[in-house]
Amino acid sequence: MVDDPADRVADEVADAVLDGNAVAGALASVLGVEATSIPGRCAHCGTVSMVGALRAYMRAPGAVLRCPACGQVVLRLVETERSVYLDARGAAFLRFDR
Amino acid sequence: MQELRLYRSATRSTTISLQAALERGSVTERFVTRGFVGRRGTPGDPASDTARRVPPGQYLTSGFPVLSAGPTPRTALGQWSLSIEGLVREPSRWSWAQFMELPTRDWTVDISCVTKWTHLDMRWRGVSVDTLLEHVDLRPEAAYVVAWSDGGYTTNLPLADVVNGQAFVAFEYDGAPLTPEHGGPARLVVPARYFWKSAKWVRGLRILDHDEPGFWESFGYHNRGDQWREERYSGD
Amino acid sequence: MATTAITWQIATVASIQDETPTVRSFALHLPAWSGHQAGQHVDLRLTADDGYSVERSYSIASEPERGSEVEVTVERIPDGEVSPFLHDVVVPGDRIEVRGPIGGYFVWEAAFGGPLLLVAGGSGVVPLMAMVRHRARSGSSTPTRLLVSSRSFDEIIYREELGELAAAGDGLEVVHTLTRSQPDGWTGYARRIDEPMLAEVLAPLGASARTYLCGPTSLVENAANALVHLGVPTARIRTERFGPTGT
Repeated sequence: MVDDPADRVADEVADAVLDGNAVAGALASVLGVEATSIPGRCAHCGTVSMVGALRAYMRAPGAVLRCPACGQVVLRLVETERSVYLDARGAAFLRFDR
Repeated sequence: MQELRLYRSATRSTTISLQAALERGSVTERFVTRGFVGRRGTPGDPASDTARRVPPGQYLTSGFPVLSAGPTPRTALGQWSLSIEGLVREPSRWSWAQFMELPTRDWTVDISCVTKWTHLDMRWRGVSVDTLLEHVDLRPEAAYVVAWSDGGYTTNLPLADVVNGQAFVAFEYDGAPLTPEHGGPARLVVPARYFWKSAKWVRGLRILDHDEPGFWESFGYHNRGDQWREERYSGD
Repeated sequence: MATTAITWQIATVASIQDETPTVRSFALHLPAWSGHQAGQHVDLRLTADDGYSVERSYSIASEPERGSEVEVTVERIPDGEVSPFLHDVVVPGDRIEVRGPIGGYFVWEAAFGGPLLLVAGGSGVVPLMAMVRHRARSGSSTPTRLLVSSRSFDEIIYREELGELAAAGDGLEVVHTLTRSQPDGWTGYARRIDEPMLAEVLAPLGASARTYLCGPTSLVENAANALVHLGVPTARIRTERFGPTGT
């Protein structure tokens, strides 16, 4: 198999998608509770997934978590020196059980 | 060995005692990890030309990190088009073949990403945004641009910041066609701003009379993003 | 949820152990540790003199039963920023900032039951090792199969311990595949994980097996797709993608 450098880059980029686990620490620091084992409903397609199962793009100015079914943005997270921003507009809900 | 380092208060240029700082609550204590330096290029002599070209808070790199907020779009050239629309008398649209017929030039520019890497002397080839705008008649109230891309990404700029040679649509990097991972077939490049403003996979510029914050600007990132003023986050 | 998970604390490196020529385990003593579940990870933060700092997440290799000493296993990536520092500079007694435990999605407790299918690519075996160690310590006999993909025999992480655990006769089987080179006389799998291999490994457990997949993204995605194809419900599959190899 010919090892084409372009393929390697493409693989590396494709491989760069992680799961919601990757933002577990940041989410816990923002919400105060473990937030990857909770279900969330995609505001675009309605699919309910655990936050840990969202597809996480970490190599960006911030973290972008996408629905595993439709690929739309469910959560966005930006960590600055002083704050953490969380955009949950792409989630119709996040369910935290008591 | 001292492990705690006192950092200067963000608002004062004089150092103060640890106790006073803690009482004031305005200083961050940092635990320093023994022996850790990190992988980053240093500009060397702070007075050198190279050092002067690195914006505040940035680190030199010779690589070209790939950052993305989503899967890499792969639009076939036969389906690709670039358009200018919005507050223009008539929108303009180029197919790839037509785009390739526009006047092009080379740019060698320094690029800074908000994730702190700076790469000097990056070589691009592309079409100036000025060239694209020559094909449209801007309405008098035109003042802002939203660049939009395959995959849904957007970023916003004042029109004044993309004219007079300040921005171009690049289709070649370092002498080779721009790869999809780096925004190919074509991306916007605005060297005077953090690289998130240089929209990868650009497909159009929408001209507006009002500012419309884009994907990152609407969410915690600075609206203008001037790396020389270290405008990373809103509130900077 | 204990608040210690969210704040940084300063851990002391208690001991260091080589697992393979490029993989090393660090036992960390934490002053305020609230315990963890197998599968969770910790964040490590390194700060240079001038304030430059980087963070990395590392899966906890040790079982919860081990107490306030937490082990992480780190593969040395040659042009990485953090792993070469951990391997080349850190010695017992050094102090490192740690935050955790983190994560609740990719965890397994003996009480969850099984049957249990664990699939690991390279250093993806680390959180699954915590599960396997916890399983042993809790006296569980849940039917469990751990499939580990490694490049070569010498690069199998925890090779001896896995052999011992599998020999205990409590329902754990460990299956190896070596993808780049195999020792003379090797009769095991000698290729990348694929659907036929997963079908064979899964067979004794059945399609209702709880499944945990961990490793490079491409391995995890291919395995997850294959398992769905083999009839494992998506809801029974949990993944932890480590990203590209070599970062």
